[in-house]
Amino acid sequence: MLVLETEICRLKMRNPTMLAAGVLGTTAASLNWASKSGAGAIVTKSFSIDPNKGYANPTTVEVTGGFINAVGLSNPGVEAFTLELKKLERSVPVVASIYGSNPEEFGRLATKIGGMVDMIELNVSCPHAVGGCGASIGQDPDLTAEVVKTVKNVIKNPISVKLTPNVTDIVEIAVASQKAGCDALTLINSLGPGMRIDIETAHTILHNKFGGLSGPAIKPIALRCVYDVYKAVSVPLIGVGGIKDYMDVVEFLFAGASCVQIGTAIYYDGLKVFRDICTGLERFMKRKGYQSVKEMVGKTHNYY
Amino acid sequence: MHVPNIVKIKEIIQDTETVKTFIFKWEVKDEVPGHFMMMWNFQDEKPMSISLIDPIKDEIGISIKKVGKFTESIHLMDVGDELGLRGPYGRGFKIIGSRILAVGGGIGMAPLVAFAEEASKRGIKLDVINAATTQDELLFLSRFKKSGVNLMPCTNDGSFGFCGFGTALAEKALKNDSYDMLVCCGPELMMKKLVELVDKFKIPAQFSLERYMKCAVGLCGQCCVDDVGWRICVEGPVFWRDDLRLIKEFGKYKRDAAGVKHSLI
Repeated sequence: MLVLETEICRLKMRNPTMLAAGVLGTTAASLNWASKSGAGAIVTKSFSIDPNKGYANPTTVEVTGGFINAVGLSNPGVEAFTLELKKLERSVPVVASIYGSNPEEFGRLATKIGGMVDMIELNVSCPHAVGGCGASIGQDPDLTAEVVKTVKNVIKNPISVKLTPNVTDIVEIAVASQKAGCDALTLINSLGPGMRIDIETAHTILHNKFGGLSGPAIKPIALRCVYDVYKAVSVPLIGVGGIKDYMDVVEFLFAGASCVQIGTAIYYDGLKVFRDICTGLERFMKRKGYQSVKEMVGKTHNYY
Repeated sequence: MHVPNIVKIKEIIQDTETVKTFIFKWEVKDEVPGHFMMMWNFQDEKPMSISLIDPIKDEIGISIKKVGKFTESIHLMDVGDELGLRGPYGRGFKIIGSRILAVGGGIGMAPLVAFAEEASKRGIKLDVINAATTQDELLFLSRFKKSGVNLMPCTNDGSFGFCGFGTALAEKALKNDSYDMLVCCGPELMMKKLVELVDKFKIPAQFSLERYMKCAVGLCGQCCVDDVGWRICVEGPVFWRDDLRLIKEFGKYKRDAAGVKHSLI
């Protein structure tokens, strides 16, 4: 197991996997379950200052190769969420995913919870958010930079910016985030948005009509984004998007990710996916002679 | 694939003033008592227990109590109208034992009538405590009678059957008879009382819980319960009594669509 140990922004991880934001992350109960299931770190469901019920159902519908979701960033608000944060077992690093509609809201949130978590992930990338939240920030490099600067000013925790792939040039946003002082980048959030129509009635199935695509179908996109961004920045990358098994993890490490997040795969394989990935990865590393996860990061770039 | 199937309402049974059973043509495959479907009215989607499973006629039935906007809209529908159904979801009841006591209250009778019909087909001796506030609210009396179970109706006001709570009648039944197993579905505070009883009489028991749901496939975390984190849509809705020990919020609180806690007491 020691060979799987790694670290990001000085946070020690027992293995390079994290529970991704938005999956089984709304309560301490499910977050603790994920860490007990073998995740190397856990990311909370994105939360905001005020409570948000999110969208009505259907919020999730399956498509070929994954799911589209429009849950709508539902959360009980920061006051209630701090009660959940207090119940976390803290056996693995905890990353709080936060969102707001302007830099000031992000700053307020970060101030409130920075002392309770190890790292903060800025959700500037949800593709189905309203009111100026989510991707409407992450599609604008200047607005993203402002959010990063504001949060950097108020907390000491390392900050990762979660990037949206739904832009012409993800590298531009990544570079702007790094320039503004972020400590890491998480990429990618869900793709699209996409939609699905019921052919019997012509109704759109998601209540919000559109939702972000996640799951194996987006892996090639996520991988390419990690590859491109790795070339352009020096901060560590957290790769996410369609990762299901250890082979996917290896691809992301070689593309430039220092560690990865797992979300939709929990539907296909349950929470045992973390242990399955770690076993597979350790076997692979033994076979190939890799002594550490770190030495695998960015290997593909050695050729070009 | 987890996508709603569009089905036409084949038949509507007016069970009581507030409860209707909607029958759909459905290719019955894996559906068992205790399973639920996500029902879509093209505006919202909610989990509903399956109350009738007929693999010969290829039909399922879903019994719905009119309690709010969503259920009211379903009650306004006619035979021939369309709805979306996806499922079945969750873990259903395990039919174990030769002598079972089923205890239900109100619309909690819905999964239990499906359970009773299946269990009695297998020759299992089944006593059913069917509790309601008053005679007019008692559900599925003729279905239970037809299935051959020993039906023990119970009303709060004594207008029919035993006068009192279902929990009181359950205690009587447990004292007078010996059961291999107990199944229960109803208001959570009623189920909490039943847990005390099954502990007292040392009977293995299964309870069907409900929580607000969104994805129903185990991803979103909306229906995760404290402190163990289990998902009502995957690890539940049916839990053995022992597993229920880990669900510390049982009988205490539940969460709404925002995740805000609301007390059940």
